[in-house]
Amino acid sequence: MNDPQAIAAGIRRRVLAHVLANNGGYLSQACSSAELLAVLYGQVLNLAPTPGPLHPSAFEAVPGPNAPRVSGGVFHGEPGPDLDRFIVSPAHYALVVYAALIEAGRLDEAALDQFNKDGSTVEMIGAEHSPGFETTTGSLAQALSTAGGIALGRRLKQETGRTFVFMSDGEFQEGQTWEAVQALAYYRLDSVRVIVDVNRAQCDGPMDSVMTIEPLATKLKAFGASVDSIDGHDTVALAKSLERTSGKPHFVLAYTDPTRGVPLMNERRPVLHYLRFTGDDERARYQDFYDDLLTEGAQR
Amino acid sequence: MRDVPIVTRPHVENFIRWSADKPEVVVLSADLTNSCEVGKWRDTYPERFFSMGMAEQNMLGFAGGLAREGFEPWLHTFAVFLYRRPLDQLQMSIAYPNLRVRLVGFLPGITTPGGVTHQAIDDIAVMRAIPNMTILETGDATEVESVLDVAHAIDGPVYIRMLRGEVPRLFPEDEPFALDRARVLSLAGETIDAPTEVLILTSGILTEEALRAVPALRKAGVAVTHLHISTLKPFTDPTVSRALAATTGAVITMENHVVTGGLGSAVAETMAEAGTTAPLHRIGLKDTYAHGASQAHLLREYDLDAFSLIRATEAALERDLGIDATALAPVRIAATHSSAKVEAL
Repeated sequence: MNDPQAIAAGIRRRVLAHVLANNGGYLSQACSSAELLAVLYGQVLNLAPTPGPLHPSAFEAVPGPNAPRVSGGVFHGEPGPDLDRFIVSPAHYALVVYAALIEAGRLDEAALDQFNKDGSTVEMIGAEHSPGFETTTGSLAQALSTAGGIALGRRLKQETGRTFVFMSDGEFQEGQTWEAVQALAYYRLDSVRVIVDVNRAQCDGPMDSVMTIEPLATKLKAFGASVDSIDGHDTVALAKSLERTSGKPHFVLAYTDPTRGVPLMNERRPVLHYLRFTGDDERARYQDFYDDLLTEGAQR
Repeated sequence: MRDVPIVTRPHVENFIRWSADKPEVVVLSADLTNSCEVGKWRDTYPERFFSMGMAEQNMLGFAGGLAREGFEPWLHTFAVFLYRRPLDQLQMSIAYPNLRVRLVGFLPGITTPGGVTHQAIDDIAVMRAIPNMTILETGDATEVESVLDVAHAIDGPVYIRMLRGEVPRLFPEDEPFALDRARVLSLAGETIDAPTEVLILTSGILTEEALRAVPALRKAGVAVTHLHISTLKPFTDPTVSRALAATTGAVITMENHVVTGGLGSAVAETMAEAGTTAPLHRIGLKDTYAHGASQAHLLREYDLDAFSLIRATEAALERDLGIDATALAPVRIAATHSSAKVEAL
């Protein structure tokens, strides 16, 4: 199933179901980024297939002298010189990434039962043993630099595949992000393609009340990147921009709505970062909404 | 102590020669290329030298990415800029995934007149607390040269306290750096297990200071065993534990670092775990930053020099050994403005 819109709907549905079952979760991130991940996994990323939906491995050990690294990249298929790589930077989007992998047929749907359970790799904040994660980026704004090193290494090995990075907009408040952009531009690493979920919401509330990052496109262009600013729920525009070649590191600023597809969330503005139900009444209204979603899905 | 031969910039040509048959070795630098003696390396291997600018957080991330792709990045910058400013990146982008990144840190401790901003006085303490990290410290030209093979063989991140400029050759060229193995520089008895009154453990540049003092201690009748330590982590050398077990009077550590978290602490932990009862005296910076001045001046000011070791031994043994400063081997003072360094730092 590669239809981005169907994948996006599936991501929202799965994350909402999970939030209902667990009295909370990162729902707004699913609402804002569903189309981004859907277009990537369903359409743009050139990844090797997995032999069907894979089961996540149990947690065994952190990397160390006698414990080789376990990479969640196995859910992206066997790497190859001409294939793409995909690095997720905001690790708290893990639930959304897992849902996207399930919708893309790469992860067993039972994996979500292990989410945030002791002994599982399906962690709340993804680490590099978690499905879909190649790097450990819960400390935000480090993945872009690592992806730059990966892309530079791939160029030295004359590999032609691209290195995609998924970022959240809050990470542009960190100085390291700008260090990375200037280095990507300096080394003309045009194989690096970054998609940013510009949902303008962060932990403390609306970004403009915390620390504004705009004008983001202007800043990135000044740093030597190519930039497209687009509607992050427009799957056609997303795919087109992600494929655009410019000879520069390329940034797709996907402006999104963190309540998209779940309008009930608007009642919780301005703070949308993490949904914890205020009581049975609120939970019941989300349950009703979810039940309607399922009915609509069945009728379609 | 005999006159010490001086090697000028041992790292420069040695690192170029060593890298020739290792195409996976790449160098990343943060605007201190000549200062870290890799300017000629850059000109020799321009296709695998990467200038990352004054942006250490990003440099560490790039290094992690390159290591994930099978390269072996050797980062060259001043030590302070490898662990103070980018500590989170060091931990999450390199140490946690146990990547083969080599962090070559110059200007350890008070070897620079650059003052507090340039003096890495707490690097070993910080690095010892980082899982997966190996910590090596060079004490002479032979170790500067042979530390490369040691680091190269380790399947994980390595931090190296590196020396530059005019570096003494204290150890024979055919006795290379060995991981987690102390050098036995003086023995009180026939073997490491023979009773010794005083056990002195030194590291880095302070081994040269101790070598000035040990002959005077022996002449004054003190049975001394002197070990040079060049691996701070892991710290499991049986030579060290055997020497500790044989010590009857006092253990003295001497390090170009704060006394918390470095060599003195590693020895204290080893002693406590083994139930060693001799008192421990730690020579090093005592919970203080230093300031900009010459190495010789700072060694005296902070009681890190050869004579400080005499005084510490006297205090530990509670007796006057009758040694005055003239009894020590002559001090070697490297010029702050030596032409062996690209700047006075």
